[in-house]
Amino acid sequence: MALINAVNLSRSFGQTQAVDRLNLSVESGEIFGLVGSDGAGKTTTLRLLVGALRPDSGSASICGFDILTQTDSAREKIGYLSQRFSLYEDLSVLENIRFFAEVRGLELKDWKPRCMELLKFVGLENFTERRAGQLSGGMKQKLGLASALVSRPQILLLDEPTTGVDPATRQDFWQLIIRIVAAEGMAVILTTPYMDEAVRCNRLGFMRSGRIIAEGTPSQLRDRLEGQIIEMQTNAPIALREQVLKIAGVQDARAFGDKLHLRVAPLEAQQVIQQLHSLTGGANPRLIPATLEDVFISLTLSEEAGSHD
Amino acid sequence: MTENAVVATNLTRRFGDFTAVDHINFEVKTGEIVGYLGPNGCGKTTTIRMLLGLLEPTEGSASVLGFDAFKQTEEVRARCGYMSQKFALYDDLTVLENLVFYGGVYGIKDRKRVQETLNLVGLSGRERELTRGLSAGWRQRLALAIALVHQPKLLFLDEPTSGVDPVARREFWELIYQLAAGGVTIFITTHYMDEAEYCHRVGLMKDGRLLAFDQPSALKQTVIRGEAWDVAAASLTVMVEKINQIEGVIQTSLLGDLVHVIIGPKKITKDQLQAKLSQLGLGEVTLSAGEITLEDVFMSLTR
Repeated sequence: MALINAVNLSRSFGQTQAVDRLNLSVESGEIFGLVGSDGAGKTTTLRLLVGALRPDSGSASICGFDILTQTDSAREKIGYLSQRFSLYEDLSVLENIRFFAEVRGLELKDWKPRCMELLKFVGLENFTERRAGQLSGGMKQKLGLASALVSRPQILLLDEPTTGVDPATRQDFWQLIIRIVAAEGMAVILTTPYMDEAVRCNRLGFMRSGRIIAEGTPSQLRDRLEGQIIEMQTNAPIALREQVLKIAGVQDARAFGDKLHLRVAPLEAQQVIQQLHSLTGGANPRLIPATLEDVFISLTLSEEAGSHD
Repeated sequence: MTENAVVATNLTRRFGDFTAVDHINFEVKTGEIVGYLGPNGCGKTTTIRMLLGLLEPTEGSASVLGFDAFKQTEEVRARCGYMSQKFALYDDLTVLENLVFYGGVYGIKDRKRVQETLNLVGLSGRERELTRGLSAGWRQRLALAIALVHQPKLLFLDEPTSGVDPVARREFWELIYQLAAGGVTIFITTHYMDEAEYCHRVGLMKDGRLLAFDQPSALKQTVIRGEAWDVAAASLTVMVEKINQIEGVIQTSLLGDLVHVIIGPKKITKDQLQAKLSQLGLGEVTLSAGEITLEDVFMSLTR
């Protein structure tokens, strides 16, 4: 059963259609990534799902409870780590999480063991007395996660949880999420503008202008790219790009650091690689798997082309 | 002629007992795009503040565009542009008003230059729009315009594409490549490997030391001495723990529907790994060839 269900969810602010007939369902044990830029409608979607905003039309349910008519029951099931998640900087780690536990109505006898269990889980058990203001960015993030989990939610909503966090800390954070989702069968929605983050989700929705323009597992989305990607080494990507764009079958060429990425029409790859060999010699062109970024860009461009018809 | 835009020589900064930047040495060529990575608190910002002359080195020196970064601060700053992740734009001013205002801070009064800058970043035609109404991608371009209006020769970008979608990010990078081709040197800090991949060379800092400084493709070959395989299986969390126990496995990371595994050359082959994983009794296991990523490099160097 889907723990999160949104049907034709829409919300506008003035002239801006922030969320536009969005459909979405996330099951137990699943991490769903909403991928898009600032302003694509990701945060508004989360705020509609927690009942902080009313939709103009459409509906959403959380564990079977309608978010508009059964708001309290629905909210009890939700843990929400918002982007502007604020800790009380002059309270200790334990006092911060205790505050969340009390707001969530945990009984006195329950909150302490639950909080300690979670602080241990996120690796903060030795820092209970430290003031939140003295924590590193990664530790703050972990305290935020622990606080969101304190009421044993079935649904976890994470709004750009690792923005500004370095890759090693990010990897730790993800290990925590993946482990707790597997252990407790939660359904998670996470938002991100970054593809190296998106690739860790079980399923993704690419979001643009309030709509989900493509949805699937990372592998399914990669398969949706029409054509293949060839990578080649070069010291002069800009100059080389002009040349390779003249080769028949090359649809796009983008500089990428010391490399050039070419998108080629289906079935043209071998022919193009041969021509690249004779054009450049040592550039070592080879087929690489399409990245999610390639897919996002090609879907967006074809979408834009379509909307101009 | 290729001259160096930045030369750091034994650059060091201590705060009390704490060494924030510890004898780092590097050179950045004119027109080069350098990515600068590292965990929070590793010394990236301290390095940049020294390069901009905001902070005096405890030891060593930095030369920026041929000037001593600390002793000739005015010369350096007049030639450097800086775009922060949290760029402050005035929401209730128009695009043009924002640029004129910031241009004035740099002493740029020439309207022609202001218009040129708007053209360069693709904002012409939007001069009269209120900044508040701009999308993330357009705001970012306006911030870039502000950093560029005084025609700097060295541009510092601090996590420049935060919150921007891949299409806008690619377009942004097209601009950066154009600037670099025109001789502007670019220095970028980022936490995202998506972004680091776009740089010509990448430096990686940890605990104040510069651990590596090379092309992305070179780092993948020299730092990771192994090959990558992506494992698809039913229960990935159990699987990743088992994989970590196998001899010859150098490192693993969990992706959404895969475990990314690096194995050491000559220690274990793909077939041996496959056989071991199949014996675990955790259901069907499929291996596909993976790509070594900059994140693998980062993990390997910072762990």
